Amino acid sequence: MTNYFKLIALGLVTLFAMIAANYARDAAYMVHAIIIMLLAGGLFLWTLRNTDEPVPAAVLQTDYMDGVVRYGVIATCFWGVVGFLVGTFIAFQLAFPALNFDWADGYANFGRLRPLHTSAVIFAFGGNALIATSFYVVQRTSAARLWGGNLAWYVFWGYQLFIVLAATGYLLGATQSKEYAEPEWHVDLLLTVVWLAYLAVFLGTIIKRKEPHIYVANWFYLSFIVTVAMLHVFNNLSIPVSLFGSKSVQVFSGVQDAMTQWWYGHNAVGFFLTAGFLGMMYYFVPKQAGRPVYSYKLSIIHFWALIFIYIWAGPHHLHYTALPDWASTLGMVFSIVLWMPSWGGMINGLMTLSGAWDKLRTDPVIRMMVISIGFYGMSTFEGPMMSIRAVNSLSHYTDWTIGHVHSGALGWNGMITFGALYFLVPKLWNRERLYSLSLVSWHFWLATIGIVLYAASMWVTGIMEGLMWREVDANGFLVNAFADTVAAKFPMYVVRGLGGVMFLAGALIMVYNLWMTVKRSPAVEADIAASHATPAE
Amino acid sequence: METYSLLRQFADSWMLLALFAFFIGIIIWVFRPGASKTYSDTADIPFRHEDKPAEDKEART
Repeated sequence: MTNYFKLIALGLVTLFAMIAANYARDAAYMVHAIIIMLLAGGLFLWTLRNTDEPVPAAVLQTDYMDGVVRYGVIATCFWGVVGFLVGTFIAFQLAFPALNFDWADGYANFGRLRPLHTSAVIFAFGGNALIATSFYVVQRTSAARLWGGNLAWYVFWGYQLFIVLAATGYLLGATQSKEYAEPEWHVDLLLTVVWLAYLAVFLGTIIKRKEPHIYVANWFYLSFIVTVAMLHVFNNLSIPVSLFGSKSVQVFSGVQDAMTQWWYGHNAVGFFLTAGFLGMMYYFVPKQAGRPVYSYKLSIIHFWALIFIYIWAGPHHLHYTALPDWASTLGMVFSIVLWMPSWGGMINGLMTLSGAWDKLRTDPVIRMMVISIGFYGMSTFEGPMMSIRAVNSLSHYTDWTIGHVHSGALGWNGMITFGALYFLVPKLWNRERLYSLSLVSWHFWLATIGIVLYAASMWVTGIMEGLMWREVDANGFLVNAFADTVAAKFPMYVVRGLGGVMFLAGALIMVYNLWMTVKRSPAVEADIAASHATPAE
Repeated sequence: METYSLLRQFADSWMLLALFAFFIGIIIWVFRPGASKTYSDTADIPFRHEDKPAEDKEART
């Protein structure tokens, strides 16, 4: 019976997408309408084909729902490689402008590819990693199967659809020009629905948990999901110009819009790239080290301090703008206070290894996790420092900012995700171990040296261009034209590109290693698997 | 009073106090007597139920 309602809904969506494709006012909207039309039409046919067929007796499934986690792991690897590849390419576009090919002008020049890169690594790679690991972790730490049945699959595929729509939109020029929130209104609406479904699955699983306590990793994941929902809705309050076009107009204007954007932007860092990934840290580091977290009390204080303080730090993006001084001072002060919870969390993660430090010599996976926590500590030291108004007057608008973002994103988010993937793949595909530990070591060193090249070259070029911009002669005239700074940056841009090549090479080695783990590694024997299934006590 | 001033005044006084009190309360709560025992059990959660969900009868109280 439900199939009939599904058919009606899918038919209506297909019909509307057809009409929308016909009346579309711009290329991006038309392509999106066609994608939706094909998808909804295909689902319509598939549902129709299965309607009134004999239904196999429903089996009450009691084990963990890992299929969606497996898909999430694959999607994480795929989007990671895509995102790193685009990033490396645009790094070389900056070094060698000839790579902005004439024939691809307006589609594949730096301005179009840059949001593709940032969204691919943050939302596609990072987002899939967060969804997959959160589904894995919440089930294990709640001792319960995911709530909502196929809703988890809807979250996974809906999120992939969001990524595809966002990416094609960027290339075709549909953007609302808000950093990390570029997708236009119709894509934002889709993400809102998917995200609420994600919240429902996660929260539903926590509610039906069998453990009396909610493990700290779930607190971090939950704060990430809730806060991102709030940020996304408020920063994307806009009115479409037409129902059949992607262009929309922001509800806020001027400095209010700027403040809303950086309230969103900095909390995307704070809750998407920090809180969510801290959830990963609080599960996978103890698992890989084989010891519980160093201090559970500290982890609770860490959680509340982090979420209470991060939300105020956004105004430091708007020093020396139309934003009132008191507001940017507030942002600066809270950014500096953030040192405390950030380093509290770092200490908690690192000290989890106390008594097991010898594992660093033998286990490259834990080495990866430890260096990610190291980079977390480093970039959460650098960030508050750059938020101080005097430092910001030198660093803002320079490549130093880009270097800071990448030491956080590649070092912290990238490395902890790689560590989690190396942990997850043998578990999810029931393998005894990884295919090759020496390939993990190769990945580790390539990625680490790549990040060091990236961050170091960006420090040099960032501080250099900051100093060149403010240099004045005896008469008070500026010494350098903007083009002089661009010319001076060339060698550092090449070094940055090489760092990117190394990081990408490491990721490709990881994908090969994980693939071979699934294909070649010996499976866990049945009796061992059975003995694993017995609860610990 | 206009809405902005009203909200601003509330945020600067009672809300600030409430959030601060909540945060201090959390810290005191974390160090309550007997907390270490509870937390060492909670910290062990990742090492239980790795392969299969808990049966109802296993539920811990």
